[in-house]
Amino acid sequence: MPWDRNRMAARAAQELQDGWYVNLGIGIPTLISNHIPAGIAVTLQSENGMLGMGPFPIVGEEDPDLINAGKQTITEQPQTAYFDSATSFAMIRGGKIDMAILGAMEVSEEGDLANWMVPGKLVKGMGGAMDLVAGVKRVVVVMDHTDKAGRSKVLRSCTLPLTGKAVVDRIITDLGVLDVVAGGLQVVELADGISFNQLRAATMARLLI
Amino acid sequence: MKKTYPDADAAVDGLLFDGMTIAAGGFGLCGIPELLIEALRRSGAKSLTVASNNCGVDGFGLGVLLNTRQISRMISSYVGENAEFMRQYLAGELELEFNPQGTLAERMRAGGAGIPGFYTATGVGTVVAEGKEHKEFNGRVHILENSIVADLSIVKAWKADPSGNLVFRKTARNFNVPAATCGKVCVAEVEEIVPLGSLDPDHIHLPGIYVNRIVSGVHEKRIEQLTVRPKELA
Repeated sequence: MPWDRNRMAARAAQELQDGWYVNLGIGIPTLISNHIPAGIAVTLQSENGMLGMGPFPIVGEEDPDLINAGKQTITEQPQTAYFDSATSFAMIRGGKIDMAILGAMEVSEEGDLANWMVPGKLVKGMGGAMDLVAGVKRVVVVMDHTDKAGRSKVLRSCTLPLTGKAVVDRIITDLGVLDVVAGGLQVVELADGISFNQLRAATMARLLI
Repeated sequence: MKKTYPDADAAVDGLLFDGMTIAAGGFGLCGIPELLIEALRRSGAKSLTVASNNCGVDGFGLGVLLNTRQISRMISSYVGENAEFMRQYLAGELELEFNPQGTLAERMRAGGAGIPGFYTATGVGTVVAEGKEHKEFNGRVHILENSIVADLSIVKAWKADPSGNLVFRKTARNFNVPAATCGKVCVAEVEEIVPLGSLDPDHIHLPGIYVNRIVSGVHEKRIEQLTVRPKELA
């Protein structure tokens, strides 16, 4: 059975290492903070100007001056630090963030990522995604392997406008875990009950075993 | 010279003209200069180019200047929360330049720091890089981005002293610092103007040299997405 959103988030949480500074994108990546393994302490960066992002506030304690990059009300932690947007992206661009875990619309076997724009549809903007994939040390994407019509979103090359070229290190989907390596995508892991043939049938990229 | 002004209209008086470029602080609706935006609306200044990470929502923040058709061009990283923005953009009434968020912040910071342009790897291989100079540093391709110097900066801080020293609160600092520095003139609105000497000089977030005019007032501080958790899990 393919992994659901929470299983994907739990699997992505296994990527975290103790002491890391991590930026989590909007969507499934947001759920990862619910699955951080015991004994692993990570500091979450929010690119609007915060390190040490805490959970949602309890009712009545929301603060309009304290939001995350998804504009949701959040809380601070004992180690929290605030800074301006230029400083925030200086630490991103400067390679100080250990990992970014982002959503994706398409990903290619060369590690190209498309997650910000569908031509002809509503265009909202790239926000900080292009900066994150260009600057963060390790980029992991978490996504459904296929779209609602069953078409693969893991491709030889992306069809949508790119967020970054050759930027993705690891892909976690509902069907398994793939690494971007020379010559294609290395199969690292299959989701529970998913066979290699099922994975291959759902993938347009070259797979290496 | 006195930097404090009695209200937002007085604080922008004499600074506005049609076709000007304005850098605005804020992220979403957090830390936006809502009083100065209203003063801009009342002034009727038009054909504005506005550099701001977002463009408010329908009827609040920079969204009010869309309703009055005062903005002709936006430089932003994300404009997803505004139906009127989309309508004007798709109708060809509004020009839009998308910048990656960090590139926009750095264009403002650089503009305020006397740096006319900089190279960044952000956006290489994407539509953002089209038409821009490419140059390799240490084996990696970068693109040249020009800095932004605005005719006017409008920002929002938590507290100011009469000399213009500013202190921000939590994530409401965001774009307010780089936006403030990149303006030829900067007007700051605050929740409170405190007496000279009452801010710790070690804890000033933006020195008063960057701030020409200050106004205080009551802020609505609207929340864009209220997210909470139940009390029993606290």
